[in-house]
Amino acid sequence: MRILAFVLSILVSISILGAVQAQGEFYAFETAAQERLYNKLSKELRCPKCQNQSISDSDAPLAEDMRKKVHEMVLAGASYNEVVDFMKARYGDFVHYRPPVNASTIILWVGPLLVALIGMLFIFGLVRGQKKGDVVLTADEEAKLAAALNKHSQKGSN
Amino acid sequence: MNSKLRLLVFLTPMLLFIGLGGFLLTGLFSDPTELDSALIGKPVPNFELPDLYNPDRTHTQSIIGGKPMLINVWATWCPTCYQEHSFLNELLATKDIYIIGLNYKDDSRAAAMNWLQDLGDPYQINLFDFSGLLALDLGVYGAPETFVVDSKGIIRYRHVGDLNARVWREKVGPVYYSLFDQ
Repeated sequence: MRILAFVLSILVSISILGAVQAQGEFYAFETAAQERLYNKLSKELRCPKCQNQSISDSDAPLAEDMRKKVHEMVLAGASYNEVVDFMKARYGDFVHYRPPVNASTIILWVGPLLVALIGMLFIFGLVRGQKKGDVVLTADEEAKLAAALNKHSQKGSN
Repeated sequence: MNSKLRLLVFLTPMLLFIGLGGFLLTGLFSDPTELDSALIGKPVPNFELPDLYNPDRTHTQSIIGGKPMLINVWATWCPTCYQEHSFLNELLATKDIYIIGLNYKDDSRAAAMNWLQDLGDPYQINLFDFSGLLALDLGVYGAPETFVVDSKGIIRYRHVGDLNARVWREKVGPVYYSLFDQ
């Protein structure tokens, strides 16, 4: 019980900390659609400085600048594509968490599919190989088989 | 024939594995913080920025081009820039390289001016980018960064991190000098 209370208090304090951090920056929007677009963009754009964090996640000054720019553009009526293209023109494809399909990223997109396909073909081939052709026994093997079966049926009848 | 086919079936995953292993191995030695600039081959973006020393004086993109040059992004809050600075002084003194300094989101104009006064000023022109406007358009994500620009104002190379003798000899210098042959 005591441990549970301890864990709970830690969880609560973490969530309060998170809320306080999120309040550090406040952006006003004219419409709900703009706010949705801003939220979507700030989660999909990657901070080039602190890699593996989106700009909404990151506390780096650069991420703050980028959030400011995205907010500015969204307020000015920019579309999703316009903002993404703006950032890509400056920071490269890297800045967007959805890599485009092109020569250098094609392996990302079709790789898993290809591996699954190869695996399925392999298994399919194995199964087919097992079924193929009846086993033909030599006369010697036939005799051994008959003897073994004979022994077995005698045992069974006892 | 059948045994050859079997060999192929068993060798293929092995070869795929070796290929994948080799690919992942190269990943261990690549630096993920070194990003290709999206602006290689493109002109330096338009800008309008005040001079570092003189707030009343404004510079525009017209100062770019005419000859090969470097644009060096720096700030006083950047420890690597401090390390880099003596090499920039050396570039000016021994090789007479034309460098434009882009002071990036510094704490204050005074801090930047003090820095140049104390350590020497290797820049022909000093731009003061307090809000990071030009830096954003250049795709700068840290300091120091150095752009090599040709005489037409086209960005040819971007180096992230400090310039030093080795980087100059192996990377930036060759690109810079190749621009004179064209």
